[in-house]
Amino acid sequence: MLRKRLLQAAQALTTPLLPDDYIGLLDPRWSTREATGTIVRLKPETDGAKTVVIKPSHEWSGHKPGQYLRIGAEIDGVRHWRAYSITSDPNHPEGLVSITIKKVEEGRMSPWFLEQAKPGTLVFLGAVEGTFLLPDPLPEKILSISAGSGITPVMAMQRELDRLDHVTDVVHIHSARTPDLFIFGDMFRELQGRRPGYTLIERITSEQGRIEPKELDELVPDWRERHTFLSGPRDMISAFEEHYEEHGGPETVLHVERFQPVVGDGSADVGSGGTVTFRVQDKEATCEVGVSILVGGEEAGALLPYGCRMGICHTCVGKLRSGKVRDLRTGEVFSDEGQTIRTCVNAPEGPIEIEL
Amino acid sequence: MHDTLKQQDHPLHRLSPEDIEELGKRFQAIHDEVRADLGESDAVYIRSLIEFHRRLAALSRIVLMASRYPPAWVLGTTGLGVAKILENMEIGHNILHGQWDWMNDPNIHSSTWDWDTASTSVSWKHSHNYLHHTFTNVVGLDKDVGYEIMRVDPKQPWEPRFLAQPVINVLLMLLFEWGVALHDLDIEAIKKGEKDKKVLLEELKGIGAKARRQIVKDYIVFPALSGRKGFKRTLQANITANLIRNVWSNAIIFCGHFPDQAYTFTQEEAADESQGAWYVRQLLGAANIEGSDTFHVMSGNLSYQVEHHLYPDMPSSRYKQIAPKVKEVCEEFGLPYNTGPFGKQWLMVQRTILRLAFPGGSTRPKAPPYKAPPVQKKERPSVPTPAGPVPAFP
Repeated sequence: MLRKRLLQAAQALTTPLLPDDYIGLLDPRWSTREATGTIVRLKPETDGAKTVVIKPSHEWSGHKPGQYLRIGAEIDGVRHWRAYSITSDPNHPEGLVSITIKKVEEGRMSPWFLEQAKPGTLVFLGAVEGTFLLPDPLPEKILSISAGSGITPVMAMQRELDRLDHVTDVVHIHSARTPDLFIFGDMFRELQGRRPGYTLIERITSEQGRIEPKELDELVPDWRERHTFLSGPRDMISAFEEHYEEHGGPETVLHVERFQPVVGDGSADVGSGGTVTFRVQDKEATCEVGVSILVGGEEAGALLPYGCRMGICHTCVGKLRSGKVRDLRTGEVFSDEGQTIRTCVNAPEGPIEIEL
Repeated sequence: MHDTLKQQDHPLHRLSPEDIEELGKRFQAIHDEVRADLGESDAVYIRSLIEFHRRLAALSRIVLMASRYPPAWVLGTTGLGVAKILENMEIGHNILHGQWDWMNDPNIHSSTWDWDTASTSVSWKHSHNYLHHTFTNVVGLDKDVGYEIMRVDPKQPWEPRFLAQPVINVLLMLLFEWGVALHDLDIEAIKKGEKDKKVLLEELKGIGAKARRQIVKDYIVFPALSGRKGFKRTLQANITANLIRNVWSNAIIFCGHFPDQAYTFTQEEAADESQGAWYVRQLLGAANIEGSDTFHVMSGNLSYQVEHHLYPDMPSSRYKQIAPKVKEVCEEFGLPYNTGPFGKQWLMVQRTILRLAFPGGSTRPKAPPYKAPPVQKKERPSVPTPAGPVPAFP
């Protein structure tokens, strides 16, 4: 209360800026304008994957195993955002938090984390989100199906179960191209030796091929009685979802990690058009090929800010939450969650969500 | 009368549609090249400048706590005046244009920035970014042609109220930030009763809140921090700093569109124009001011008004770099590149304001097509020696 009063008084001196803007001059980490953190360690996991350990500038508000963190970094002067599963245990004694990142060759953020980021680099911390969580009460019988970097939330939950001493009956199928590329492979193998309630089935896809849902009956005959946690590439998720829909029983429970936005492929030259969800206005619009988000939204009855309608004045900007957009002037397609875009010169490329 | 400028001399009418299309492409290419090149060093520039402004402002305020000593008063007032100019022009104006939106930094973004003037950022973005930058110099549409209170172009019909404009001109110089804030309300629409009452009330509240905060800060709290003996002197210092900022920004901004060389347009000329014709209108309607690098930063790079009007969303720090390319296009297509020294441009503007207070007046002579100055070979002084001439400073 006193602190708030003091800040209000100080603001009379700094208006239109905030006292924080001046405090930030001394050390950007002291500013409370936005949550920041400092990279303290980068720990290699497998070839092409690293765990990034971060010290938040302010006290970590906590997270649940399985949740993900939106993290921002400045690359070539531009702030980019991505979401990564948190792999550190809640209540870390030093207040640290970590994410584990696998390199996506054509990506921007993951190569930066793996090759450019150094201890001491400043990062921006967004919200902790995600509903891919262990249910309460904890289930007795669990089936985890993970593949590639999809292991990260599964690992966080499995460590939680281990900590709570509740490894009653877990079957875990993980797919990796080779045994060496199994992120946290040693940790899970060690767990298997130590916990009789934990069974690991390693799937080496370079030799055995991808796992098919129909193999479940043979691998885990009682899969219908288990809580299944599914995390991996999108096509694997859809295949299993379909299978569960068709063949699941009345007690089957499926938890799916779906923090990745669904995006259209954007390969056509003239664009595909798409649907726009205006999150603030709570409206849905459909844009035909070449129709801007602004025009589509207005036709759907949304009250959107607009100005010159030719990409000059930046009156119409809104934050892109998910999906791909096409710049109608250049034809360039991009997908950057959290990026502000001009609605008057950008068209949706498949389904998008925008903060307007 | 104002149609002394013959149709065939007007660059906009002289160019063929093909020329205009080609011009549009050339100008767009300059924009796209810079856009693709923006990166870390640009981000460092704006952040350093913001940091410099904050340090200078804080330091000046501290020095002014001792304002009862004349050297401290002079130092603090100068520092604060400079800080306010930087904050309004190179920082505020340009961030609100969206020049730095590409960084995707929520704290340096056109949608979140607020500045230390009476204008709320929302109304200013509408009246400036949209109305002025889209309809630049179209008499009747661009309300910045005379700001609805002055006659700066002979195309504007004379009214008796313009007789007062020599006085209004001086008042506007001194109270520029308040003038701009009121201008954003769209005085003409209010007079005609076309303005929505609720919107007007909302906007007045916005200006009121900003005015209150600025007055409390500059004229009550900071003077009070100088103690009983220093109150009056700091108050004077803060008033002076705001005046310095007002007079300076007024001078720079008036030199952007009102010097003789700048063209104005009729609504017919601007109707249904192509992207290329839009570029040509921006080029013809603006005028640069020549000066040093420091002068350009202190003017928010509005001394590159031509470049700013072609590319209002390009980071201002890039205008100097693209100016030669803009000139090249001008030369190729026989277009003028309006520019002149500060004193000359400013005096031209003052002359126009005085002349057009009275009825009549004609369009002033325009600049000839741009021609690059011939490259002069620098001759080095040389000292003859028995072995032949050698440069004095090799």
